[in-house]
Amino acid sequence: MTQILTLIGKEFRSEWRQRYALNGMLLYLASTIFVCYMSFNVKVGVIKPLAWNALFWIIILFAGVNSVAKSFIQEANGRLLYYYSLAKPEQIIASKTIYYSLLMMGLTLVGLLFYSVVMGNPVNDIPMFLVTVILASTGLASALTMLSGIASKAPNSSTLIAVLSFPVLIPMLLVIIKCSRNAIDGLDRAVYLDQMATLLCINAIIIAVSYLLFPYLWRS
Amino acid sequence: MKKKWWKILCVAILIYSILGALLFDVPRLAILNETIRNLHFHVTMWFAMIILLTTSVVYAIKYLMSNKIEHDQISVEFANAGVLFGMLGITTGAIWAGFTWGEPWSGDPKQNSSAIALLIYFAYLVLRNSLEDQQQKARISSIYNVFAYAALIPLLFILPRMTDSSLHPGNGGNPGFNAYDMDSKLRIVFYPAVIGWTLLGVWLVSLRVRMRRIKTALED
Repeated sequence: MTQILTLIGKEFRSEWRQRYALNGMLLYLASTIFVCYMSFNVKVGVIKPLAWNALFWIIILFAGVNSVAKSFIQEANGRLLYYYSLAKPEQIIASKTIYYSLLMMGLTLVGLLFYSVVMGNPVNDIPMFLVTVILASTGLASALTMLSGIASKAPNSSTLIAVLSFPVLIPMLLVIIKCSRNAIDGLDRAVYLDQMATLLCINAIIIAVSYLLFPYLWRS
Repeated sequence: MKKKWWKILCVAILIYSILGALLFDVPRLAILNETIRNLHFHVTMWFAMIILLTTSVVYAIKYLMSNKIEHDQISVEFANAGVLFGMLGITTGAIWAGFTWGEPWSGDPKQNSSAIALLIYFAYLVLRNSLEDQQQKARISSIYNVFAYAALIPLLFILPRMTDSSLHPGNGGNPGFNAYDMDSKLRIVFYPAVIGWTLLGVWLVSLRVRMRRIKTALED
């Protein structure tokens, strides 16, 4: 457990030391949102909630693929080998998953803030929307961390990560969009609690499977 | 020579089920009418696909446990056969939808999820081909196989049932059986057809695996 915490701390420190990467991600997010805003050419509040929601999650998906994808791909081979000699593979995947979930959550919240400023915010049930955001960023980040580990073994990993991750993420994204749509409409919470539970279950499946499979990935 | 019986059985069952599907008396149901005969092609092919893909995952896990390259070869061929049956299933479904829903592709949740399922397995095949080293190829693609299968389960079995907008027969109940009003007349063709298509898949797999073995033997 302490090792996991140390590894998470190390991730934070290395992120802080290369702040340009973090700034790059934020700028990527901001420019994507701005491009969407410009290309829709909308005034605040004009865009329909349905399109608002879909667009938001597409932006988050792409930002996630671009930022989390680097989790294994960016690491130099020698450094990975060094980690592996220090910690168990389960600890490495756990720390990476936790760290990138937190990072993804931060990115999504910043993105949401900026997106609401330029595109307006039609959300009626904000607490539920935030719960969806938290669940969604955990799920997306944990799936992408594992897939980045898989893709990093192949030569053209940056295109491969997109090919590998989109089909796997689509089912999750469908549930996410459904949940957040209900939150936007401000439906009675009991109505879509089971959908939230499904999202939670998908997250649990992804995390459990990557926890089980990562040791095999590590050995190669 | 000694294991020939099941191939004969396969051909016999398939001839019986195709003739039976086309000629036997079927229940008259509104809207479905004669298209109910597609049950014996479309649904049985999906069953065969699920069985083949599950076997592929079992062999992928076996490979990860044992590191025997033979298991990986069997696993990839089962995935190939599963993809073939998936494409046949999606085509037969589209033909049926053309008659019953008025258009071959209407964006029904089940059609979408089956398309995504195929995308996942195409990504698997792309991943395989992008890796050079034999052992690494086997290991990485086995890991993705298990991971993708875990992501596939909510897609195929849970999500389509959560939507109310699907027109697919059997929605809101057991797959296909409720709305089709499966009676004994259908069952005597349906179950043999499932076995027949699965056996055909296994036959295909065994031929391809033998081909691969000969190839590797020749290369060595």
